[in-house]
Amino acid sequence: MAAVNDNIKSYTGFKAITILCLVVLYAPLVIVTIYSFNASKSITNWEGLSLYWYYDIFAGPESAKWKEAAWNSFTIAIVAATMATSIATLAATAMVRGGKFKLRTASFGLISLPLMVPEIVLAVATLIFFNSIGFTRGYFSILVAHTAFCIPFAYLPIQARMQGIEDSFEQAAMDLYANKRQAFTKILLPLMMPGIISGFLLAFIVSLDDFIITNFVKGAGVETLPTAIFGSVKQGLKPNIMAISTLLLGVSVVMVTISYFVSKKDNTQ
Amino acid sequence: MAAGAASGGSATTDTYASARNLLLLPSWVILGIFVLAPVIMMLIYSFLTKEFRGGVIWQFSLAAYDQFFFDRGLFGDEPAKIEWTYINIFWRSTWQAGAATILSLLIGFPTAYFIATREESVRPIWVFLITIPYWVNLLIRTVSMKFLLRDEGPLNDFLMSTGLIDSPIHIINTNFAVQLGLFYSYLPFMVLPIYAAVERYNFSMSEAAADLYASKWVTLRRIVLPAIKPGVIAGCILVFVPSLGSFLAPDLLGGAKNFMIGSLIEEQFKGNAGNWPFGAAASMVLLSMVLIILMIFARQQSKADKAEG
Repeated sequence: MAAVNDNIKSYTGFKAITILCLVVLYAPLVIVTIYSFNASKSITNWEGLSLYWYYDIFAGPESAKWKEAAWNSFTIAIVAATMATSIATLAATAMVRGGKFKLRTASFGLISLPLMVPEIVLAVATLIFFNSIGFTRGYFSILVAHTAFCIPFAYLPIQARMQGIEDSFEQAAMDLYANKRQAFTKILLPLMMPGIISGFLLAFIVSLDDFIITNFVKGAGVETLPTAIFGSVKQGLKPNIMAISTLLLGVSVVMVTISYFVSKKDNTQ
Repeated sequence: MAAGAASGGSATTDTYASARNLLLLPSWVILGIFVLAPVIMMLIYSFLTKEFRGGVIWQFSLAAYDQFFFDRGLFGDEPAKIEWTYINIFWRSTWQAGAATILSLLIGFPTAYFIATREESVRPIWVFLITIPYWVNLLIRTVSMKFLLRDEGPLNDFLMSTGLIDSPIHIINTNFAVQLGLFYSYLPFMVLPIYAAVERYNFSMSEAAADLYASKWVTLRRIVLPAIKPGVIAGCILVFVPSLGSFLAPDLLGGAKNFMIGSLIEEQFKGNAGNWPFGAAASMVLLSMVLIILMIFARQQSKADKAEG
């Protein structure tokens, strides 16, 4: 393959389109970040650099609302991602190391169901279900719904990672009188760690990101950052939204960078 | 999304065979109760009678589906005609999602191809750059798009300062704004599967075509494209399916005239004015459409896998 002439591979214009693609992907985010530092009260005019809108989020008249929404968002994301990742790790072990069994296809179908059902449909279904069993809508209903739909996002990286690990390590441990639990916790789990970390980060971001399902199951009075931002944007774009967006953007970039280095370190081992 | 289904069946060992039911139990319980049961309950609700303050009366009724497909006049006593209102909303959504998919393909295919033909050591960096926006909150990305496209927004400012236009182009609250928003939301989903397919493609086939005097563009169309078709189809589905049921882009960028399925469904559950069985029925129609698309895709994939060997 290395012998193939580069001339045959490359097409004129593809590089330009790639650059266009990156500009399209990043321009809106960069512009919002720049405007979050605008001193002006209007979102249109540029009146110089300032941290005023960051101050406004943390100490302004609406700061209590934003802090509460941030608290809800982050605690739900951490707890839901932790539970989803634990459940997904156990399931992946059974699916990859459990031999052939009857319910394998059905189990895989069930695990990937949240990915196949459109988000708005899952939101409607969850609302209807909670309503029909009399489950009070609020913080706890958001947490449960998030845990469920985060499972496949945690599962896929873990499964991919586990498929790349030969079972000879565990077999060797068991030949040396380790029991299955020890083979799992001492051998398989550490080897799976990069997949588990990627799965957790993905589940965390997906939970933090969710608007539609949260909006349906949250009930009155409980807000997460996306529902609070949406409510505020509906009343008109204000500069404080730019500041919150930039902060959340920062969180996403940090998470994706961690994920990148975890998988990179893994590849070089 | 659906691409994951193909990888579910590869080699397994049986070290933990005796514990597998116990290991799978938590996922069966959580997903069974909070995903599968709700979808079944939604199916049941779509056949119930609506209650006027939101909610349902437990009485079998086909009224929701009847309202969706048929128009029986104001008092329900005229002969049934086809009701176009909701079919049109679904048609418009399909069209919008299709346009967004084509836009993504036009930009995403060359990008994926370009990245996959870089040096092996720098490919992860390119992929990383394409992935970052996917990790950024979808609502924030949509709001950013709204900010950018406004009549007084930076895009119009920029175009006016370069002298390309004299007055702002009105983009926000048009169909095109929604298409742009959907395109922007799901573009990384188009690039990644095509990238994976091109990376697996054996370029000595292109060389063979060149030796036989095929031009480069003929090679692309007749040799490369058929070989990476599964990746292209996967990318199209990953953009089309979420676009079809999307809520944020049409709601924030489209305004009231550019109603899509997501907004139609959402409205049925808002406050007391809603109609829960009708919302459930509309959701069922959307779910059926998506499942049919995914089933056709799965059959094609398994055919392609068999053809490969």
